[in-house]
Amino acid sequence: MYKDLYQHPDYYQLDELLTDEHKLIRDTVRQYVKKSLSPIIEDYAQRAEFPTHIVKELADIGAFGPSIPAEYGGGGLDYISYGIIMQELERCDSGVRSTASVQGSLVMYPIYKFGSEMQRRKYLPKLGSGEFLGCFGLTEPDHGSNPAGMITNIKDAGDHVILNGAKMWISNSPFADVAVVWAKDEAGDIRGLIVERGMEGFTTPETKGKWSLRASATGELVFDNVKVPKENIFPEVKGLKGPLTCLSSARYGIAWGALGAAMDCYDSALRYSKERIQFERPIGQFQLTQKKLAEMITEITKSQLMVWRLGVLMNEGRATPAQISMAKRNSVEVALNIAREARQIHGGMGITGEYSIMRHMMNLESVVTYEGTHDIHLLITGMDITGLNAFK
Amino acid sequence: MKILVCISKVPDTTTKIAFTDNNTKFNSDKVQFIMNPYDEWYALVRACELKEKHGGSVTVINVGGADNEQIIRRALAIGADDAVRIDAEPQDSFFVAEAIAAYAADKGFDFILTGKETIDYNGSVVAGMLAGLLNWPFISLAVSLEVEGNTATLEREISGGKEKLQVNTPFVASASKGMAEARIPNIRGITAARTKPLTVIAPGNATALTTIKSYKLPAEKTGVKLISADHPEQLIDLLHNEAKVI
Ligand SMILES: Cc1cc2nc3c(=O)[nH]c(=O)nc-3n(C[C@H](O)[C@H](O)[C@H](O)COP(=O)(O)OP(=O)(O)OC[C@H]3O[C@@H](n4cnc5c(N)ncnc54)[C@H](O)[C@@H]3O)c2cc1C
Repeated sequence: MYKDLYQHPDYYQLDELLTDEHKLIRDTVRQYVKKSLSPIIEDYAQRAEFPTHIVKELADIGAFGPSIPAEYGGGGLDYISYGIIMQELERCDSGVRSTASVQGSLVMYPIYKFGSEMQRRKYLPKLGSGEFLGCFGLTEPDHGSNPAGMITNIKDAGDHVILNGAKMWISNSPFADVAVVWAKDEAGDIRGLIVERGMEGFTTPETKGKWSLRASATGELVFDNVKVPKENIFPEVKGLKGPLTCLSSARYGIAWGALGAAMDCYDSALRYSKERIQFERPIGQFQLTQKKLAEMITEITKSQLMVWRLGVLMNEGRATPAQISMAKRNSVEVALNIAREARQIHGGMGITGEYSIMRHMMNLESVVTYEGTHDIHLLITGMDITGLNAFK
Repeated sequence: MKILVCISKVPDTTTKIAFTDNNTKFNSDKVQFIMNPYDEWYALVRACELKEKHGGSVTVINVGGADNEQIIRRALAIGADDAVRIDAEPQDSFFVAEAIAAYAADKGFDFILTGKETIDYNGSVVAGMLAGLLNWPFISLAVSLEVEGNTATLEREISGGKEKLQVNTPFVASASKGMAEARIPNIRGITAARTKPLTVIAPGNATALTTIKSYKLPAEKTGVKLISADHPEQLIDLLHNEAKVI
């Protein structure tokens, strides 16, 4: 049977920057991953099937909404803990981390942050316990990087609104019980609302044929004159600030998460390079292999410091969206490069499902695109340092 | 039901073992430590299961410095109710047993569980010494434990079979593989552990009876030699002349 031998790289003894509780949380998630996820994930990814049973398991270990207060079904943890959980999950598979990111940062977080007390009490405990799976609908077929142009809309109809439009590329959608949907009201303001499965006119067709995030379900949200009670609208927020606040929280998790994928690829390549013999010596003895490995651990170490520092700023409420953009972009780029180099070190074995590398590499192609593409984050940094807006 | 579980801290199983100070001290530099698996997976989890079934409390006890609180928190996250740390560097098994016995003697515990051994020094003696010092019965290497009122039924694995025995409380038992299924703590358990009491006490006058003279590592394993199936005579030659087994 597949044996997960992962040991995380810690070249600069960064563990000393973590508390005992952080390390306990990491051990917990890692143990769960090694015991329950690593043995099955490749098979689900190969079959392009979402392992629905993990929703309850992820809830049980506390992976949903770790930084939401415990009284609402979250974990009541700090942002570094949240980052660590995402890192351990993505170390296994970006799809699993996506499921948890969406549930925690994109569904529970907006309900907690912008929802009415009634909405919080109604949905958060069920989402935290995994009884409900949620999804987040922002992207539309014709509005990806530019969500402000969205055409999904709501019209006032007394005690309810009528929702029309379509969302695309929505993680978890085919299995979701609730969807946090962003739509324009009659005044043209973006509003957030909670749509429940079973509401008439609401369907969630699955997007098939993905070569990436195959163990995570992606689909559409189609709204055909869906009647949504007004009490399901977030009272607190109007405009793009709503969805962007959620994305900041999720992107922060990705910055830690993508690094998990990088660390897994590096760990696997390092082990393989010591075991694989060519020309009567381990391939790790060749200078070219060492260059690859040395550069990998250098990039990982820099990025580990970056996300840790960002976590401290998050805990203090000081992290800016632009700082989060930089870390998300950097971690994903580092991970993609490492995945490619690690794949080469594994030679032919690297293209098979015997190793996690190719799966990580393909997954990361989604991660580099969603939650703001690689270039969009670059432009956010550019705008932040020059004060000049490249989007207008 | 009042249960005491002894837990100790050991190097992670993947640690590369090295010694310092003329081979008299374990080199703990860059070593990751974990809770001794026999203590955690079997003794502690079984204690928690019995508490959940019969009510009562589970206390964990550790002899060691403040850096051991990492494993104590883990025990609390898994389900122990409170913890005691005897603030002293453990010097030998007797020292540990004496320190724990002094604490446990008058606390009214129904029984004390330990792992069957620690995976670092593999002494397997603390539990027996503890029972001796308390003058309680001792059952070693138990693979199952049930308690009803003040009678406990335990099974021990013995050569080629199993032994089932009964004992009255209080007693000391050491737990082997099989007594319980390892539990992964969850995040709610970890946050609940924040507020569970951890008392630090002085070691009293525990004494060590032995001192370490030196440690020695086993000879390094040599690499595997591959011999082509077309040349069995090479294999015979190596077995004769190099391994000297035939
Ligand atoms: C597997 C998967 C899961 C997803 N899950 C969700 C989800 O749960 N919820 C959700 O709402 N969305 C989700 N998304 C959607 C994702 O956020 C979008 O794909 C992303 O925002 C990019 O939008 P797009 O695909 O329309 O690309 P486009 O916006 O069309 O971009 C195409 C290219 O143009 C570039 N580009 C666009 N504008 C500019 C510019 N101003 N300057 C320079 N370059 C530019 C982009 O960088 C990109 O390279 C998911 C996507 C994937 C692949």
